[in-house]
Amino acid sequence: MSGKQFLLDGQPVSFEEGQSILEAARKAGHYIPSLCWHKDFPAHGSCKLCVVKAAGRHVSACATPAREGWEVESNTPEMNGERRGLLQMLFVEGNHFCPSCEKSGNCELQALGYEYEMLTPRFRHFYPERPVDASHPDILLDFNRCIFCELCVRASRDVDGKSVFALTGRGIDKHLVVNAESGRLADTDFSKDDLAAHICPVGVILHKGPGFAVPIGERSYDGASIREKKLREEEAS
Amino acid sequence: MNAPSPRKLRVATTSLAGCFGCHMSFLDIDEHLFELVELVEFDRSPLTDIKDVGPCDIGLIEGGVCNAENVHVLRAFRRNCKTLIALGACAVNGGLPAQRNHLPLSECMREVYQFRPGIANGQIPNDPELPLPLDKVRPVHEVVRVDYFLPGCPPSGPAIWKFLTDLISGRTPRLSGGLLHYD
Repeated sequence: MSGKQFLLDGQPVSFEEGQSILEAARKAGHYIPSLCWHKDFPAHGSCKLCVVKAAGRHVSACATPAREGWEVESNTPEMNGERRGLLQMLFVEGNHFCPSCEKSGNCELQALGYEYEMLTPRFRHFYPERPVDASHPDILLDFNRCIFCELCVRASRDVDGKSVFALTGRGIDKHLVVNAESGRLADTDFSKDDLAAHICPVGVILHKGPGFAVPIGERSYDGASIREKKLREEEAS
Repeated sequence: MNAPSPRKLRVATTSLAGCFGCHMSFLDIDEHLFELVELVEFDRSPLTDIKDVGPCDIGLIEGGVCNAENVHVLRAFRRNCKTLIALGACAVNGGLPAQRNHLPLSECMREVYQFRPGIANGQIPNDPELPLPLDKVRPVHEVVRVDYFLPGCPPSGPAIWKFLTDLISGRTPRLSGGLLHYD
């Protein structure tokens, strides 16, 4: 430990040189939310849920190295209100119908909605058209719920060595595609054992079969908040 | 001297493009219903069978907006209710009915009334008394201003009770922890 510290919501947090605000905070037992961040991958900085105010500026906590003496605001009504706004935008951009989603109760987007007490998506819904891909024998792709975190893209490319997924299009037309001439998952070498098959924080990449084997009400975030769960995982690692 | 008992709050409820599941869940507050009727009286609601909404304190809207009649009812509720609440997933984001939104309406109608297995010479119903469907199903806040949202499919009895008691006693309704669910 280098002995360097910054202040997170008034609490001193130690960090090592080069460590991000998010990593240092989680290690010290403080929760900063995230969707696109994963401890095994470089910061992506796209979901912006980890937004904090550091030295008076808005920054992504996952992509900003901590600095000695910084004052960082995270768990404040202002920052949490902005996070709620980001969640609301994510909800209206896709087709997020929790009652009919197999991921409900295990979904990080939904769990963050609970954490930040999002009662309404507030904005006008886009209701985009995103056909599902059920071609693969073991995996169903429901693009309606994609939040463009690129975790599957990164896992498939950097760990599985297959580059099965990619994002294409820009702005409102951005969408997840499958790297096959036909565009179908069945025409790739994707396997249900790939890391990419287990990394989706929402309900896009679903394993066929389990369905509702664990009933609604007994799932990951039905009993514990995402804050408690993520901090417990951090402690165990 | 006895203080006059406070006026009962007037409550109206309706189900637009909903399945009445939220109303069933409302009944799941069970014995709290006895406490509730001490505090409120019902205006238009499936519980009273009153057909038109009058001036109310609280309006509960179940379901999204899928046809012209839904729009009229919703606007009448907004005009008459001081506080309007979107009750349940469909009212909040369109829910299950909104999953037709990426399909052309005519295709939906043909699929159901003409091409469904077992139907011969099927026709799309065109009785002038039938309300015209909208091209897309909308959550209620995209049609009128909504004061509060109570998500869930359906919101649980305890969530509805917590919400209503907060509101009736003048607190800002708050759902957190186990009471806040989207499923």
